[in-house]
Amino acid sequence: MATMKDLRGDVSTWCPGCGHFSIMAGIQKAIIELGYEPHEFAIISGIGCSGKVSEYIRSNGFHTIHGRSLPVAQGVKIGNPELKVIASGGDGDGYGIGLGHFVHASRRNIDMSYFVMDNSIYGLTKGQTSPRSEHGFTTKAGTSSNKEYPVDPVATSIVNGATFVAQAYSGNIKELSTILKRAIEHRGFSHVNIFSPCVTFNKVNTYDFYKEHLTIAEKPFATRDEAVAAIRENNGLITGILFEELRDDFQAKLGIDFDMQSLESGEMDEQLLSSIQAKFQV
Amino acid sequence: MREAVEWMVGGQQGEGVDSTGELFAKALVKHGYSVSTYKQFMSRIKGGHSNFKLNATKERNYYPGDQVDILLCLDNESLLKNEPFLAERAVVIQEGTETSVLLHQGESDYDLLTVPMKSLAKELGNAMVQNMIAIGISSALLDLPKELLHSFIRNVYGKKGDDIVRLNIDALQKGYELTDEYLPHRISPLGAAELTDQLFISGNEATGYGSLMAGCRFLSAYPITPASEIMEWLAKELPAVGGTVMQVEDEIAGICFAIGANYSGVRAMTSTSGPGLSLKTEALGMAGMSEVPIVIVNSQRGGPSTGLPTKHEQSDLQQMIYGTHGEIPRMVLYPATIEDAFYLAAESFNLAEKYQCPVIVALDLGLSMNKMTVPSFDAKRVAIDRGKLLSDKEAAAFGEEFFSRYRLTEDGISPRPKPGMEKAIHLTSSNEHSEDGYITEDPEIRTKMMTKRLEKVRHALIDEPFKLQSSDGIEPEYADVLLVGTGSTYGAIAEAMKRLNSENGETHAHLHLQQLYPLPQDQLQPLFENKRIITIENNYTGQLLNLLKQHFPIHDRSDAILQFDGNPFFVETLITKMRKAVS
Repeated sequence: MATMKDLRGDVSTWCPGCGHFSIMAGIQKAIIELGYEPHEFAIISGIGCSGKVSEYIRSNGFHTIHGRSLPVAQGVKIGNPELKVIASGGDGDGYGIGLGHFVHASRRNIDMSYFVMDNSIYGLTKGQTSPRSEHGFTTKAGTSSNKEYPVDPVATSIVNGATFVAQAYSGNIKELSTILKRAIEHRGFSHVNIFSPCVTFNKVNTYDFYKEHLTIAEKPFATRDEAVAAIRENNGLITGILFEELRDDFQAKLGIDFDMQSLESGEMDEQLLSSIQAKFQV
Repeated sequence: MREAVEWMVGGQQGEGVDSTGELFAKALVKHGYSVSTYKQFMSRIKGGHSNFKLNATKERNYYPGDQVDILLCLDNESLLKNEPFLAERAVVIQEGTETSVLLHQGESDYDLLTVPMKSLAKELGNAMVQNMIAIGISSALLDLPKELLHSFIRNVYGKKGDDIVRLNIDALQKGYELTDEYLPHRISPLGAAELTDQLFISGNEATGYGSLMAGCRFLSAYPITPASEIMEWLAKELPAVGGTVMQVEDEIAGICFAIGANYSGVRAMTSTSGPGLSLKTEALGMAGMSEVPIVIVNSQRGGPSTGLPTKHEQSDLQQMIYGTHGEIPRMVLYPATIEDAFYLAAESFNLAEKYQCPVIVALDLGLSMNKMTVPSFDAKRVAIDRGKLLSDKEAAAFGEEFFSRYRLTEDGISPRPKPGMEKAIHLTSSNEHSEDGYITEDPEIRTKMMTKRLEKVRHALIDEPFKLQSSDGIEPEYADVLLVGTGSTYGAIAEAMKRLNSENGETHAHLHLQQLYPLPQDQLQPLFENKRIITIENNYTGQLLNLLKQHFPIHDRSDAILQFDGNPFFVETLITKMRKAVS
């Protein structure tokens, strides 16, 4: 059985106290507790502080480009359905530059997980407002307050058809790790938005803030509408598994006998060549 | 007795112009002819003039021709638009109210047969068979055996039942009768030719087919003219071999899904046109930097921006060669013919895996969307070679707890495991990285890694980096003028060569470049000395000439013949411009 040591990758450069540490530990623990080995996973990350998670967890990793972890990860899963695939990144990566992919991944329902480390700020570029920053949010640099309203990530994935949607908080490790395990085991697209305080640049969404404001949903809501209503009532500050539904994932719906991995060096398949060639003969 | 024919059908889009053209083209292929075609169409679904042109010859040709011997006009615009291209004593068949024939005298004389094909078709039982009457008239003018056409009618309409087959055969017969009655003096038999074992296929189909044969099992793409048919063709064919096509949300996802699949160990590709390639260029850089193989097909169309979406151009050469920030290893290949598209597509998957970098296969609208006859493909010509992709056993033999994905090697190419292998956990990264894949900013490692990536592909060479032909008996090195082209200009330049040879004292050689990047400099060197160089390109700035000027000192003895009006070159135009360029 794998241990935390087996899953330890490169030395982290996150700030002490960063919420991302517990999220990473949560993923590592989930892998161990579910009885998987590190080589069975591929962790595909985007760009930002959170994007480094594919380097810090010792598993197969692909540190991609800004906003594109989801399309790369979905391609990995289609290419090798045996792999457990996790895409991960931050709120800027996933709900800013990569938002389009997020909506489409939600409706497509490929069997994989998407964990977003939501600190409501651009950390690595030193503290600009993100698509998750609150209305009126003022950055550390003191630039004028945010005129926009934040993206609602969990309502978005719910209304767009994701089959497992949850929200967690890096300060509640017990709940977080239960959710991550359930998400990994869910057959279909599972989206978990995880509040992850940025101790350096975000002086609003702090540990204290979440401790004070978060409500816990004890069990998933029965319908998508009820889940969205609860998210709205709580101004988005609700954790737990919000919605879950079982239906065929994308690959099952394709209904093909997957055989993409078996190709070996050698001559072209002459029989296949001539059977297709017949279609071009007049 | 004819040895060749150039034929065109024109009409409003949605009137069956393509299907009429294709059926007649296939009949001529069956008759043993080499047939090249060209479709003109607009970016709309219904209405607007469109036409289908073909050139059928006894010897193999790659050029749809620039004249019309027989013109079928399903609308009035067809004659108006195409009258300038009529050959001397052409025959024009036009839809009209009454049947009549007259000799039209003007710049060039032609026989004009007006026939109420629509109402004759209705009399037969269905207005839809109007086009079959037109085919009957054309076939009779060439004295094609009726049985030849009957077999196509059975193939195409057999599924719809005997009545429909009978109806079409009657319509065809009506056409033969009309020719016999009104144009007996214009019947000129087209004798059977002897080309057998031919395929009738488009560049897009050949590219998809070559990819599938090379083991490509996944394509992710976004619909775009003129590349969509690659996706559509593979969508039909891949499921049977355990693969699939995914039409994804945008062009960026198109390349990223394919990169993901390649990373997982699958041969995967994406297909697009210029606007899509623009969107893909950041991810193209990721493939180069992270050393993940990928094949990207870019079928060029009229740019810039939305440009001329349904017209031909060759103006993405620079984007394909230089596009993306920073510097990455890559190859850019550009087949000269549809036949080459099959083999180059297949080879590109080997190269992408051998060099672990993106390989761009360039096409253009002319090459992509038009069908030609090509000899049957040879399975022996390209063998599948997966390069340094490791098996479980090979990967385990390294005995590493954490596999060094970017191991420095003599040839700059690192052994590549697949994710999921028990003994080869590894990290792939778009950041600068050390051998183990971890981020680094160390100047020494950075220098080594840049050198590794860019050197590994510098001397890469495909089987046929260029095609070369010359005037009778002249060694290409000693020709006075070297004509250089790439992509679908091949047919027009080859045809121009024949005519130049027979009428001009100067000696010419024709070089058609199939490997644009890295440019095969050593192989080209002797051909670029001491002679006049003329590139022939469908763009404004002479992108091919500029590329050559970077490598060869030809600045005071080179010229470019450029056309960027959305249409491919006519041979006549080419010859006129060549004379001007040389004098």
